[in-house]
Amino acid sequence: MMKGETYSYTTPASTLVEVAKIAAKYKGQNDKLMNVIVEVNKLVPEISEEIAAVISREMNLGESRVFSFVTFYERLSVKKKGKYIVRMCYNAPCHVRGAVEVREAILDFLGIKLGETTEDGRFTVENSPCMGVCDISPVVMINDKVYGNLTPESARSLIKRYIREDV
Amino acid sequence: MKEKRILLRNYGRPNMTDAKAYMETGGYQGLKRALGMSGWEVIQELKASGLRGRGGAGFPSWLKLKFAYDAEDDIKYIVCNADEGEPGTNKDRVLMTNDPHSLLEGMMIAGWAIGARKGYIYLRAEYPYVLPILENAIESAKQNHCAGEHIFGSDFSFEFCIRLGAGAYVCGEETALFESIEGRRGEPRIRPPFPGTHGLFGKPTCLNNVETLANMSHILREGAEWYNTLGVEGSRGTKLFTVSGNVNNRGVYEFEMGINLKELIFDYCGGVPDGHKLLAVQTGGASGAIINPDQIDFNLDIDHAAPGGGRLGCGTVFVVDDTNCVLDIVRNNMAFFCAESCGKCVPCREGTRRIFLLLDKICSGSGTVHDLNHVIDLANTIKIAAFCGLGHSSAVPVLSAIENFRDDFNRHLDGDHCACCARTERSVYIND
Repeated sequence: MMKGETYSYTTPASTLVEVAKIAAKYKGQNDKLMNVIVEVNKLVPEISEEIAAVISREMNLGESRVFSFVTFYERLSVKKKGKYIVRMCYNAPCHVRGAVEVREAILDFLGIKLGETTEDGRFTVENSPCMGVCDISPVVMINDKVYGNLTPESARSLIKRYIREDV
Repeated sequence: MKEKRILLRNYGRPNMTDAKAYMETGGYQGLKRALGMSGWEVIQELKASGLRGRGGAGFPSWLKLKFAYDAEDDIKYIVCNADEGEPGTNKDRVLMTNDPHSLLEGMMIAGWAIGARKGYIYLRAEYPYVLPILENAIESAKQNHCAGEHIFGSDFSFEFCIRLGAGAYVCGEETALFESIEGRRGEPRIRPPFPGTHGLFGKPTCLNNVETLANMSHILREGAEWYNTLGVEGSRGTKLFTVSGNVNNRGVYEFEMGINLKELIFDYCGGVPDGHKLLAVQTGGASGAIINPDQIDFNLDIDHAAPGGGRLGCGTVFVVDDTNCVLDIVRNNMAFFCAESCGKCVPCREGTRRIFLLLDKICSGSGTVHDLNHVIDLANTIKIAAFCGLGHSSAVPVLSAIENFRDDFNRHLDGDHCACCARTERSVYIND
């Protein structure tokens, strides 16, 4: 992954000030890098180059350490994400209960491909490994909420509710 | 065949984050009893109970504690592996949401046994709604003197610390989990040194699965003798089973060790829905063997390995009906391992990807016998050469499926179009 193409966006200075405050709380506690990033992700869903630089400065960690950490974990991102991250389970228990059709329905409805974000910056759709709620497969998770027993129809109306902000 | 609810005895009971409500059901009696014993006596009690790890490997729990007990250090840790990443496994989520204190009690008993004062719970990112449950339970335990300083008036103190994952299956591997808690990439460490002497932050550490730790609270409350009346020789106690896929009653159930897989699927879970036939069963999650309907009549206990490779693992039973194709399932499994390989070692990083691509080629009908042999060769290589358990076990579904469903593979090699495999495009799984 080229650094240039990943970081083709900037983070507002006001956000960076907040990030600095969060990171400063954990100075000298390198093991709590995850706590810092989880808190930062409540402000912005992605860790930009500026954010990584601020965290590394405030915690006195190498920038590469922060970057390698963020790129390792599935739910952390250096790429720009939408306001709503729709995570579609692709593992076998969902797969055999119609996850393929549900995924297609959501992607078609939003007019994007897997991993992409809608132009208005509201929806990102990605694959996720098993989310541990196989009794209601197929499952999607939108930000922190789980929705199960989906069909292409119910998935479309679910996304409609999010478009109308009716959640 | 009836469920035997011990771990899930408080299933559905309201207000179980409250330590008082838990104590009304006999909770924290195990910890109280343990505090009246020496650490070594607690370990001996667990030895007598025959408790073995519930994460899949079935290592004797008392021995794991003994390693950390024997290590000489002022600081030791108990770590709870709540990174339930195995596809199709829900048991730890159900256990933690219904009876969080049983986990906390188990951790404190283990802590008392080895002389640890701090316990880490590593919770996976996919369970954000479990976090407040655990936090409330810990707070309530502290307020009722069941945790924190001077527990039940003794001089034993124990502090809990919850750490979150961020989506990495490999962090279910013991040492990768330590790396992640320490704020680094979750890549496994080389052993030796073993976690019993050099674990989390380089200190003696005992890591256990959620279910194993919860079992400890019940064993200490009711005694090892009682525990020995449950289950079968070598596999004592009950086990949580997650049944998923094409089956009528999906969910998490608790049975004594040694129940019959066929009865579990057909009698208890109502069999395959909509008049379809059973095609295959995968036991133990994505890293378990895929077996055919003739191979499912066996008893599930830790040591039993049935013909075809079926075994208990972490208690996951994934049922597949005949509207599916086994190759499609194996390809799906390999896509998972390919995505979840941490990239540290070449056999796993490259091997899982090559196997996935070859399987995809076979699924599309353009595979050759040479390709299939190549898959077998690669899988056997990963099995012996990978750095950690993720790689080793990624070979299991592939090799078992090829052995148990050879005709299906041959059918694809003949170039017959498979509508089921064609349904899923490769781009769904990986970005080329």
